[in-house]
Amino acid sequence: MSRNIKFIQGNEVCVEAALYAGLDFFAGYPITPSTEIAEHLAQRLPQIGGRFIQMEDEIASICAIIGASLTGHKVMTATSGPGFSLMQEALGYAVMTEIPCVIVNVQRGGPSTGLPTQVSQGDVMQARWGTHGDHAIVALTASTHQDVFDVTVDAFNIAETYRTPVILLFDEVVGHMRERVEIPEPGELELVQRLRTSVKGGVDYHPYLPREDGRLPMSDFGALHRYNVTGLYHDMWGFPTDNPKIVQGLLRHLIDKINNHVNQITRYKELYIEDADCVLISYGSAARSARHTVINRRARGEKLGLLELQSLWPFPEDLVREKCARAKHIVVVEMNMGQIARRVKMAVDTPDKVFLANRIDGSFISEPDIKQVLRIIRGKGV
Amino acid sequence: MAIKDYIRERFFPHMWCQGCGHGIVLNCLIRAIEKLGMSKNEIVLASGIGCSARIAGYVDFHTIHSLHGRALAFATGIKMSKPELCMIVPMGDGDALAIGGNHFIHAARRNIDMTAIVMNNRVYGMTGGQYSPLSGQGTLATTAPYSNIDQAFDTVELATAAGASFVARTTAYHVQQMTDMLRQAIMHEGFSVVEVLTQCPTYFGRKNKLGAAPQMLEFFKERTTPIGSKAKQNDPSLIERGIFVQKDMPEYCAEYEKIIEKATGRAAAKGN
Repeated sequence: MSRNIKFIQGNEVCVEAALYAGLDFFAGYPITPSTEIAEHLAQRLPQIGGRFIQMEDEIASICAIIGASLTGHKVMTATSGPGFSLMQEALGYAVMTEIPCVIVNVQRGGPSTGLPTQVSQGDVMQARWGTHGDHAIVALTASTHQDVFDVTVDAFNIAETYRTPVILLFDEVVGHMRERVEIPEPGELELVQRLRTSVKGGVDYHPYLPREDGRLPMSDFGALHRYNVTGLYHDMWGFPTDNPKIVQGLLRHLIDKINNHVNQITRYKELYIEDADCVLISYGSAARSARHTVINRRARGEKLGLLELQSLWPFPEDLVREKCARAKHIVVVEMNMGQIARRVKMAVDTPDKVFLANRIDGSFISEPDIKQVLRIIRGKGV
Repeated sequence: MAIKDYIRERFFPHMWCQGCGHGIVLNCLIRAIEKLGMSKNEIVLASGIGCSARIAGYVDFHTIHSLHGRALAFATGIKMSKPELCMIVPMGDGDALAIGGNHFIHAARRNIDMTAIVMNNRVYGMTGGQYSPLSGQGTLATTAPYSNIDQAFDTVELATAAGASFVARTTAYHVQQMTDMLRQAIMHEGFSVVEVLTQCPTYFGRKNKLGAAPQMLEFFKERTTPIGSKAKQNDPSLIERGIFVQKDMPEYCAEYEKIIEKATGRAAAKGN
């Protein structure tokens, strides 16, 4: 059997994977460095009977995909920092109304217009806390094109399983770099289809009454059951309420359904962790340089290991603590001011052993940047 | 179907103030739908945030109470992903034309098939009486204690310029006209805008000393006139009521179906 191998940009891989996962509605607004996702979907979606629309801004884009998801479609939008900022209110709406959707943020330098064509990982905390109010969120990332494919499919699966928005935090390097990717055959990767209610028409349907396992069977909007959707706190029919018991119950449900499944959501890769006395923790394109560093230093006999996180939120606290338990040093490699490094410090038993190897100037972090930090930690000077 | 079968009776009496015009709009909307003999299952009502938006809770359709200003953006996603649905989007004046102004003009430009109702009471009611882009110069509001210096939009002119293919205006006083206009707007294939001047005696009326609801309704009766009437020629300050625009234009979802045909080669397969 001939394999389907392509040499394409990460943004195109994201498109291939989204279509593989069953995407059939996309709304977006052009922004560097994510625009290729919209361009390719404008071409591809109508070919399979799907729909593409270029909206008037990013706010409208995320609202449109939430609407389309309600009617029973798998949906996605793609943007970068400034657009992601505009999407925050509606992201919270999708959290509150439990509407599955995938939001891609191909990160560039910020704040503000920042560095439109250069790499950054500065939106990690925005993904976590960008929308107002307490909530849980899922954010995935990847460093290679094969992983971009896998986590994109995963994003759709998680969105459907937990009825939640899922953020794909890619970055300019992964998005624009060309690399080999093998597109899996249909059926090779598991796809989660939406859990639809078995309640018959005319029978009282409770759109917001979770089953015992916490899942909420949906009814396609505009079909058999008429119900209400609101961003206000709501009862099991979807009607507004400020009953303290219901309010607390709903917020707990929104948080628990994600955070209690951190193990099922967590994705990571590891390299030489077993006997490592120094563990590098990295993610996204930065993990490529971390991986090179580990491989090259190992060849010289240094006991370096790598923990590559592919899910950032919910933060895999136990995993990080466990993998770092024997390490003398922990170095977080990322292209921001330490957004995950701070989170790692909270997770591990020895926060004073956590160091940051970063780059915040729009240049891609490379092996010498990491080596320099390793030298300082070991007291070898600069 | 009886009128009351279209509403979620258990939520009545409604939460709007005594004398508010929004209930009249709800009444006329239901009557228009009843006249069209539509089933409740084919209608989606998408609203934003504000007094007007609470209409979503009272009608027994598929209802989404979305975000402030964004009702048309949500509605666009719903309509485009399921074009057979009938979309109705009631909005307040601030909701539609301040925070939602961008979505309003772009939905009009696309000519996507839905009925946008601008329930214009010239004030932000839910937050307690601030000026809106339709309050107009010289009005008073909690945020314009010395007098409002903002010029107002003309909803009809804005919708027309943006490309809406059906544009109409009426008032909460003219309930027969409103019902008939909403019926025609729903039937129209394309983006329809119906502006309804409604009274907010609680805030706009009180701040501007316009009296209680009956006096405000009386004002709508006295100060409006049918499009092109003799009265308008004599007194240009009168506000015109009626259907200003009603034209056939390519509808967005239908146009996208053609794109799908092109992309899939279905059009070629048909032997064209």
